[in-house]
Amino acid sequence: MKNNVQRELPEDLMKQYNYQPYESTEIGEPVYQKVAPKVKVSTGDDKYSESLAEIVKKTVKDGMTISFHHHFRNGDYVVNKVMRLIIDNGIKDLTIAPSSLTGAMNDILIEAIQKGTVTNITSSGMRGSLGEFVSHGGMENPVIFRSHGGRARAIEEGSIKIDVAFLGVPNADKLGNANGMYGKAVFGSLGYALMDAQYAQQVVLLTDNVVPYPNTPASIKQTQVDYVVKVDAVGDPDKIGSGATRFTKDPKELKIAQSVNEVIVNSPYFKDGFSFQTGSGGAALAVTRYLRQAMLDNQIKASFALGGITKPTTDLLEEGLVGRVMDVQDFDKGAAESMHSNQMHQEIDASWYADPYNKGAMVDQLDVAILSALEIDTHFNVNVMSGSDGVIRGAIGGHQDAANAKLTIISSPLTRGRLATVVPEVTTVVTPGDSIDVLVTEYGIAINPARKDLQEAFKDLPGLPIYTIEELQKKAEKIVGTPAPIEYNDRTVALIEYRDGTIIDSIKEVK
Amino acid sequence: MTETTERLRRTMMFVPGNNPAMVKDAGIYGADSIMFDLEDAVSMNEKDSARALVYQALKTVDYGDAELVVRINGLDTPYFDNDIKAMVKAQIDVIRLPKAETAEMIKELEEKVAAAEKEFDVPAGSIHLMAAIESAKGVLNAPAIAAASDRMIGLALSAEDYTTDMKTHRYPDGAELEFARNMVLHAARAAGIAAFDTVFTNMDDTEGFYRETNYIHQLGFDGKSLVNPRQIEMVNKVYQPTKPEIENALNVIAAIKDAESKGSGVISMNGQMVDRPVVLRAQRVMKLAQAAHIVNEEGEYIEK
Repeated sequence: MKNNVQRELPEDLMKQYNYQPYESTEIGEPVYQKVAPKVKVSTGDDKYSESLAEIVKKTVKDGMTISFHHHFRNGDYVVNKVMRLIIDNGIKDLTIAPSSLTGAMNDILIEAIQKGTVTNITSSGMRGSLGEFVSHGGMENPVIFRSHGGRARAIEEGSIKIDVAFLGVPNADKLGNANGMYGKAVFGSLGYALMDAQYAQQVVLLTDNVVPYPNTPASIKQTQVDYVVKVDAVGDPDKIGSGATRFTKDPKELKIAQSVNEVIVNSPYFKDGFSFQTGSGGAALAVTRYLRQAMLDNQIKASFALGGITKPTTDLLEEGLVGRVMDVQDFDKGAAESMHSNQMHQEIDASWYADPYNKGAMVDQLDVAILSALEIDTHFNVNVMSGSDGVIRGAIGGHQDAANAKLTIISSPLTRGRLATVVPEVTTVVTPGDSIDVLVTEYGIAINPARKDLQEAFKDLPGLPIYTIEELQKKAEKIVGTPAPIEYNDRTVALIEYRDGTIIDSIKEVK
Repeated sequence: MTETTERLRRTMMFVPGNNPAMVKDAGIYGADSIMFDLEDAVSMNEKDSARALVYQALKTVDYGDAELVVRINGLDTPYFDNDIKAMVKAQIDVIRLPKAETAEMIKELEEKVAAAEKEFDVPAGSIHLMAAIESAKGVLNAPAIAAASDRMIGLALSAEDYTTDMKTHRYPDGAELEFARNMVLHAARAAGIAAFDTVFTNMDDTEGFYRETNYIHQLGFDGKSLVNPRQIEMVNKVYQPTKPEIENALNVIAAIKDAESKGSGVISMNGQMVDRPVVLRAQRVMKLAQAAHIVNEEGEYIEK
């Protein structure tokens, strides 16, 4: 069975999981029934506990689906605390459905899989030892990877049914009003966790900072929460920030960022009231700085900045160059503080941000998105999930969702060390080439041939060499050579959903 | 010879010859000249590997239109001969001799380059030379050095060694370099070759960099040696002609065309005869304007 990006899909699994192959980036106008959680009625007086063990014992049973958020990133203590208890309780056959997985969670999850505690995983991504473990056949069932918007959709339509959500927060009152904006382990927006709070059958908040009732602003509300558990610490503040806010001095990153900025500024979308989303990497931050100058020079202001937010973006808000920051996740403390202090900095949940099965998501209103890539192929298909060795080492994040922007730019070096980034065929298709418009490398840019308007708009752009993507691929190949093909076993270790829930690719076990 | 002396050489970017990533990426920043360094940037135990790396890079990497230069190790080192052979075999555009003090040194280099051209079947005379002036002796002999060979395309001033030799160091106002700069520049101009100013190493002092670059631009240097790709854009900005300069140059060039179409040997503009220096300056202005992407191929001003 092949899908519309020419990927051979495992027929048995497609049937077993009742999946359809990916067809198109068009979502259409389906009508469907959203699910709603069961409610155990309470006045709220019995929610508070200081024993996580007791609450875990009370809530988690064999075969359940439990969830976490990844807003603490590499500073997360919650997954370890909860999973330790669950493993020691001898619980079996859980599905875990976190918004994503970070390195801090790897060891405990590998243990949980090995002991049969966890038998299914759905996530935005995974890296490091867990990715290696899964890619080498460590799990019986395939991991299901979903974008942030795709996860929101899956939760709302009931494909992910969360029985218990364990959500760490840097502050909460005893009834469960909580936010991510202050406390020791602040991370800012609770965007991904808001889905779990709204849809899980049971919601358990973990906090190291119990504050007087009623706690405001309440991102998570007492009406959603079953238990509030006091623990010693929910996260390591030093490891929460991605530490990426330092402005890069790497001349190659700066060169790419400058070219990205040229593309944006010379596109038809760079006009008063435009909107944009950047990432958190060095080049993305540099783009924000160049874009700031271009906005000042041309007296242009943006209506909103979307997605994962960094301090350089909130600085634009302070400066009045951006009207609103719509924030599903913060990458540094500065951005987290801004949400606390600036009225125009709005916390949004994953559904509002990117859910395709919605009455309108913000990504649908987005003009410009700057995204990265591990690989991009000559069909503009992008891989952000598997390495050149076929091993899982990435995350979809909002990639498939933000690629919905009117101008989607992939910003990436042509090669990384000995590896080509622009390849004849990506190892794993995550985001279809139909949604990618321009590739920017340090050597020059390539425009998706489907975008005749952009070909025209950029054709006389001085100092910005335009190549076909085939030419860039050949250039990369000339530098690093042709790698030997990756050897796989037959077994499928992961399925990649497109944001609408069809399957865009699968990942095989590596030999 | 005219062709090589007329090319733009605003920026000569130093690239350590022992750094594969930097050698590979050297072509992406738009430097007019790229100078691979086998000398000071490379420690003794990496001399051979750096030479091999640069050789392979020259054979495989596409550096576009950039002029490719290699700074070889000096005459008094055991690497001198092998550096020459490898770089001639790789058909580098220019070999740069460090610490040049006499015309004889250039002649010795030239002999070895000519021999290597013969040995590796490289067209005779195709490898050009340039000299770095790094001492008082070098400065005083600059005119002879510049004129020592038909292969010479330029002189570069290297201020670190020079100021040490002069028992001083570098100051923000550059007074200690005034004589050397003017000597090197005059020697180069008298020989009809290019003159490169020295590097500016403090990347955090943007203002100082612009001050120095504006100054050497005013003196008449072709350009500047650079240690960081981020400086390329700044130098190009200094060398970018102004709109009135371009408009004037366009008028001169129109007058040349007009004269050509009439078959007239005399170029006139607004009733005045246009003499050769004006024509040359106009041509250089247009070349700089095109390189700065502020005129299109037809020479029309692009409004940004």
